[in-house]
Amino acid sequence: MTRHTDAPESLSRRRFLKAAASTVFILGFYVPLGRRTASAQTPPSETPAPNLFLKIDSDNIITVISKYFEMGQGVVTGVATLLAEELEADWSKLRFEFAPNDVATYNNLVFGPVMVTGGSASMAGSWMQMRKVGAAARTMMIEAAAKKWKVPEAELRAENSTVVHTSGKSATYAELAADAMQLPVPQDAPLKDPADWKLIGKNVPRLDSAEKTDGKALFAMDVKRPGMLTAAIAHPPLFGAKVKSFDATASEAIPGVEEVVQIPAGVAVLAKDSWSALRGRDALKVEWDTSGAETRSDEQIFAEYRQQAQGEGLVATKRGDAGKALPSAAQKLTAEFTFPFLAHTPMEPLNCILDFDGDKAEMWSGCQLQSIDEHVLSEVLGIESKRIRIHTLLGGGSFGRRGNPLGDWVAELAQIGKAMKSRAPVHLLWSREDDIRGGYYRPIVLHQLEAGLDDSGNIAGWQHKVVTQSLFTGTPFAALMVKDGVDHSSVEGLADTPYQIDNFNVRVYNAESPVPVLWWRSVGHTHTAHVMETVIDELARMAGRDPLQYRLELLPEARDREVLQLVAGKSGWGGSTGENRGRGIAFHKSFGTRVAMVADVSIDEGDFTVDKITAAVDCGVAINPDVVTAQIEGAIGFALSTLLRNRITLKDGRVQQSNFHNYEPTRIREMPAVEVHIVQSAEPPSGIGEPGVPPLAPAVGNAIAAATGKRMYAMPFSLKA
Amino acid sequence: MARIELKINGQDRQLDADPQMPLLWALRDLLDMTGTKYGCGRALCGACTVHIDGEAARSCSIMLGEAQGREITTIEGVSGPVADAVVGAWRELDVVQCGYCQSGQIMSAITLLSKNRKPSDEDIDASMEGNICRCGTYQRIRAAILESAKKIGGDQ
Repeated sequence: MTRHTDAPESLSRRRFLKAAASTVFILGFYVPLGRRTASAQTPPSETPAPNLFLKIDSDNIITVISKYFEMGQGVVTGVATLLAEELEADWSKLRFEFAPNDVATYNNLVFGPVMVTGGSASMAGSWMQMRKVGAAARTMMIEAAAKKWKVPEAELRAENSTVVHTSGKSATYAELAADAMQLPVPQDAPLKDPADWKLIGKNVPRLDSAEKTDGKALFAMDVKRPGMLTAAIAHPPLFGAKVKSFDATASEAIPGVEEVVQIPAGVAVLAKDSWSALRGRDALKVEWDTSGAETRSDEQIFAEYRQQAQGEGLVATKRGDAGKALPSAAQKLTAEFTFPFLAHTPMEPLNCILDFDGDKAEMWSGCQLQSIDEHVLSEVLGIESKRIRIHTLLGGGSFGRRGNPLGDWVAELAQIGKAMKSRAPVHLLWSREDDIRGGYYRPIVLHQLEAGLDDSGNIAGWQHKVVTQSLFTGTPFAALMVKDGVDHSSVEGLADTPYQIDNFNVRVYNAESPVPVLWWRSVGHTHTAHVMETVIDELARMAGRDPLQYRLELLPEARDREVLQLVAGKSGWGGSTGENRGRGIAFHKSFGTRVAMVADVSIDEGDFTVDKITAAVDCGVAINPDVVTAQIEGAIGFALSTLLRNRITLKDGRVQQSNFHNYEPTRIREMPAVEVHIVQSAEPPSGIGEPGVPPLAPAVGNAIAAATGKRMYAMPFSLKA
Repeated sequence: MARIELKINGQDRQLDADPQMPLLWALRDLLDMTGTKYGCGRALCGACTVHIDGEAARSCSIMLGEAQGREITTIEGVSGPVADAVVGAWRELDVVQCGYCQSGQIMSAITLLSKNRKPSDEDIDASMEGNICRCGTYQRIRAAILESAKKIGGDQ
């Protein structure tokens, strides 16, 4: 990707599209947006670009065009709330649709130039931009009414998608749209005083609840194109293996199977329906070339990582000199933490549809990384990007999987589109087995550390090693995240810990493997939070201090302490828990958001049950507190499975799990009671989709330790070891 | 291939299909009823839950031949006071996140409440544990079921 450097022609240039007959107003204009920053937590950005964010039709229905992909995180509701607040729009007449692939218009202001949804950065990226769009449109409506009625603007107000005059005369936005469209776009339309907010900070109902409760919501899985074939792929049984030869006789004998094609990713069976495609795939006989493939078992990978950790590695953080401080420490703790491969397993398995006529292409997909997917289609199909149209649909979960910088399954789709003889639209369908065995896992991670306390129980020094595969090296995002070989995502939440530790050295060791890896909801924080918060907790116990007080003393920032104090107060921290019960606390900051959790667990016959999680969150302005609460609740349900049992294991390179019986997400019976408390804040919004994941494991682990004395150094947890 | 006669959402539908084809794929691919979802294909996740003769059933694991002559209801066709209460509660509480599993969750919840108007937490666990929600919306699923029970008068 190249950096977008074009200077804007004018900050007030409008762009009108030829609209559908019922659409009377489409607003597009440059929005000036301050300075660009690579940080997700500060309001971005600059790179002014022409933006197209709303449509008003003749029934006064306002459609917000979301450049962000909805995968459950509530993003379209959030984006629409910001726009509607300033527009004074009638929420009951608000709709949403997804933006087309057009990076110039729908650039991600936090990570751009790129069209992507991720890094829990959508609200931070929308905070100024969508409110400015709404304020500009509101101002134009008022100005149009003032001109039409020949009255001063001061006698007009906007409410419920209508402009009202003090005389009582009113006109809907739809009625004013044609005139408003002729006006210049104001660049400094004033934003509302937060005291006047009607939607921001309120529990506005989700825009997607109705269609997701009557079967009408359209996922990529539900897209039908005339004459469409469904494709299923026989993928290699080992990562890095390739097709040597195949026999499709049995597949081709299955009614409904139309074509079998070899592609770089494997062998694809194309059939008239999904069932025939899956049966045809299962009937293939494929010989694989396994030279160069991953043949290790995961125990072997851990053993090699331990070996690698004996070496020098790369310096991620060097503050003071832990090596010098540790020998004289009064008490020392050494620990090793292990984290397995994890699959994302979104409920909707990966799938996407291609309609390619040899010259231009359309794709329908739960598309999280439009710029990459467009690039992949362009490369594989051999056509220019501008001949590619991506239709983004609702995603049935992602947790990182749909935003692959290598666009793996989109590449497969394009390979099929190129190889197939019939010029039919094709739907690539991954089965659940493909999903669980398909790689792009949260990588295996090994942490080794030594920490020491001085006579007063303060941290004297801390040496830390992390061995894992880099997520960003070799991707278009490497420049953002990899510095001198250190992938920040390997050590985020550790190297930049908010805890004040004077002698603190962190080294990172980049491991290599043919197993493809990928960010997984909360990325590096999936492991660093557990290590940091487990060790801090243990150090507090060694120092004879209360784990809450110990943390508070180590955290210089008031916002960090406030979240901990809130969760402590709400959970009754310090009270007694009773026999065979334990209570643990954890705090972690990720994606600009601070989350603290207190876990209550019961221990019974060598097993644990998570009874309750009390959580406190500071994500800046909670644009929709109910969505914030839902994201924390959901993150707990999502992450709990990694404590309980989830792991992808390899035996001689083969993935041993295949479906939900042996890679089983959390079930309703296991869901703890969750209570979420939100810090009232006027700070700009930070992330909420991911930050609920990191503190769960250490809060529960610390609760188990409080009850049993056993520390949870390996995920998933086991009380038996 | 065979002539298959199905009764879906009160309507008679005829298909020329393999009797071995799972009902799920027939609904989705042959009848364009896509509210019923594919999640695992092995009756492990419940995303494909429909009602067959009033019972929650995993349509991925029922063959067309077995489904013939039975009353099939999908998310597109649910109706009545229990269904209205459940769908209404799901919306009021904004249960959904990604939404992909929710057709199946709702179908299981309707079965539960049709038989048991005042379910306990244990009843909810027992009826709903076959339905996976990867987004982890379980707390709201439970709350919505209890809210639905209230609406249909089960708590009185």
